[in-house]
Amino acid sequence: MELQTLTFLIVGLTFAVYIGIAIWARASTTSEFYVAGGGIHPVANGMATAADWMSAASFISMAGLIAFYGYGGSVFLLGWTGGYVLLAMLLAPYLRKFGKFTVPEFIGDRYYSKAARIVAVICLIVASVTYVIGQMKGIGVAFSRFLEVDYNTGLMTGMLIVFIYAVMGGMKGITYTQIAQYCILIFAYTVPAIFISLDLTGNPIPQLGLGSTLVGSETYLLDRLDQVVTELGFAEYTTQARLSTLNMFVYTLSLMIGTAGLPHVIIRFFTVPTVRDARTSAGWALVFITILYTTAPAVAAMARLNLADTIQPAAGENLAYDDRPSWFKNWEKTGLLKFEDKNGDGLIQYTADKTTNEMVKVDRDIMVLANPEIAKLPNWVIALVAAGGLAAALSTAAGLLLAIASSISHDLLKGVLKPDITEKGELLAGRISMAGAIAVAGYLGFNPPDFAAGTVALAFGLAASSIFPALMMGIFNKRMNKEGAIAGMIAGISITLLYVFQHKGIMFVASTSFLGDMQPNWFFGIEPNAFGAIGALINFIVATIVSKMTAEPPQEIQALVDNIRVPGESGSARHLTPDHPPA
Amino acid sequence: MSLSKEKADAYWQANIKLMLKLLAIWFITAYGCSILFVDLLNTIQIGGYKLGFWFAQQGSMYVFVILTFYYAKKIGQLDREYGVSEDE
Repeated sequence: MELQTLTFLIVGLTFAVYIGIAIWARASTTSEFYVAGGGIHPVANGMATAADWMSAASFISMAGLIAFYGYGGSVFLLGWTGGYVLLAMLLAPYLRKFGKFTVPEFIGDRYYSKAARIVAVICLIVASVTYVIGQMKGIGVAFSRFLEVDYNTGLMTGMLIVFIYAVMGGMKGITYTQIAQYCILIFAYTVPAIFISLDLTGNPIPQLGLGSTLVGSETYLLDRLDQVVTELGFAEYTTQARLSTLNMFVYTLSLMIGTAGLPHVIIRFFTVPTVRDARTSAGWALVFITILYTTAPAVAAMARLNLADTIQPAAGENLAYDDRPSWFKNWEKTGLLKFEDKNGDGLIQYTADKTTNEMVKVDRDIMVLANPEIAKLPNWVIALVAAGGLAAALSTAAGLLLAIASSISHDLLKGVLKPDITEKGELLAGRISMAGAIAVAGYLGFNPPDFAAGTVALAFGLAASSIFPALMMGIFNKRMNKEGAIAGMIAGISITLLYVFQHKGIMFVASTSFLGDMQPNWFFGIEPNAFGAIGALINFIVATIVSKMTAEPPQEIQALVDNIRVPGESGSARHLTPDHPPA
Repeated sequence: MSLSKEKADAYWQANIKLMLKLLAIWFITAYGCSILFVDLLNTIQIGGYKLGFWFAQQGSMYVFVILTFYYAKKIGQLDREYGVSEDE
């Protein structure tokens, strides 16, 4: 069957499954509907959390970045899994004990201040919208390829589908839909990896294949890859650091604490039945995430090797442009892959040297989607990858949009500005803010600040510098007061935003960058994507100093902190009602 | 809260101690083995993997999973010891 038809069929089928489950679950469990996760086993909840968490950045973009960054790409692997250790130990159980519905609500109550709540809402919106831009980039790449149109048209189609999907609402809240999404996503990611690993190394387990020898040879795959890329003039795959050791350290830290500060992930732990479940749910989520994350380095290395071997089947023997395979032509249509015959020999030269390199554009975000085609896998596998990528992008985009909507309608409008708003009005405000967020993120997605995973990394930096320190100090530092927390959040996010904007442009519009996105201008060589950790440090310092100079928090707040530190009696806050849906 | 002030403090101190221990392991694998001492570990080869590279792209993630479950188990024991377990 034609690839495009097959893709429509498989994508259509998976969507039918999600909608089917949504309708089935709604009909059978109306009363439990809003008690998300209530009575659901931690394993199932962990699976749903993993689907919520793994977005276009993990699925479509990450392995592509690792393919080109090599060892330097480890920052994504370490950062986006190591954060769960922090989440499981430092935040999840205590936030669960506290028992509120949104992150700003916790901050507002813990710091006995509406101002703190408003600042938290703003930080949350800034981080989440940036995150959605990253999703839009991934969705745009996926749609442009499978509709065989240019990137901008693909992005526009994607915006429309996300809008319909997110506004359908409730669907996201149903854990079972997310379990289905996880299954499709992980199946779609691992099946091609198993095929390719088997093909290259004879070992069906990609995690082991990556450390094995190539079929019919004594050479290890990674050694061969190192050799191939260095021959083309690129840095050695297994040792190339991302800029510097310091930069890698800070980048990883930024992603880790950002993970523990992102609202749509934290929220999942508000709604598990017990404190104990909050701890194990984080563990199970990490297990399901690790399955994909340990496969990704294999996908990355094998894709890079296959790409190099396709363009240069043997040393000094280059592929003729006229003989290029169909995946090459298809990606050229999207404008994300570009060839320019600089020396006019009709052959494709792919080297690290900018003056002779003829692959003038290879968008990193196309690698995972192109990978099965490059490896000449059957069409149904390629179609499956498309469905998996869309499942990842849509589930996360919908989750984030709901977090944005609930923070505007629930925290800002109902909580602060207009407490007498009707339930209908709250819902409408939520929908409008969702549409607004899609429009803003989509518009900025036409010229994204980075590849999908890089853009998402910026979002993590923003969450790391603002939300995480406020939450952590709220639990671990009884003396932390509202003045300190507010000053810390403002200082942390401002300095991070300033650093990002001065290098990446105001609101990521590159032409407004006033220092230029150039390495010599970076503070200690730290790239903007990694700056969140520095922002968080500043947040901690400012908050501590300010709190020391101002009055200690009231006694009842200190008693509240004592209370959330100890589990037990956590049933009290579990009366979720339909007008307080767990976002 | 049935717990006395002293007992609650002792529980919290025990929890912090456990956490610091596990976070030290977390730091050593993620930042030590995978970033700061990666070149040193890369001189050791295990199968097709350089050890430092393996930690950065495989090993650390397995350690994270183990740490998370180990913490859940140990803190569960502390809960029972101090009589704050949700089962009771």
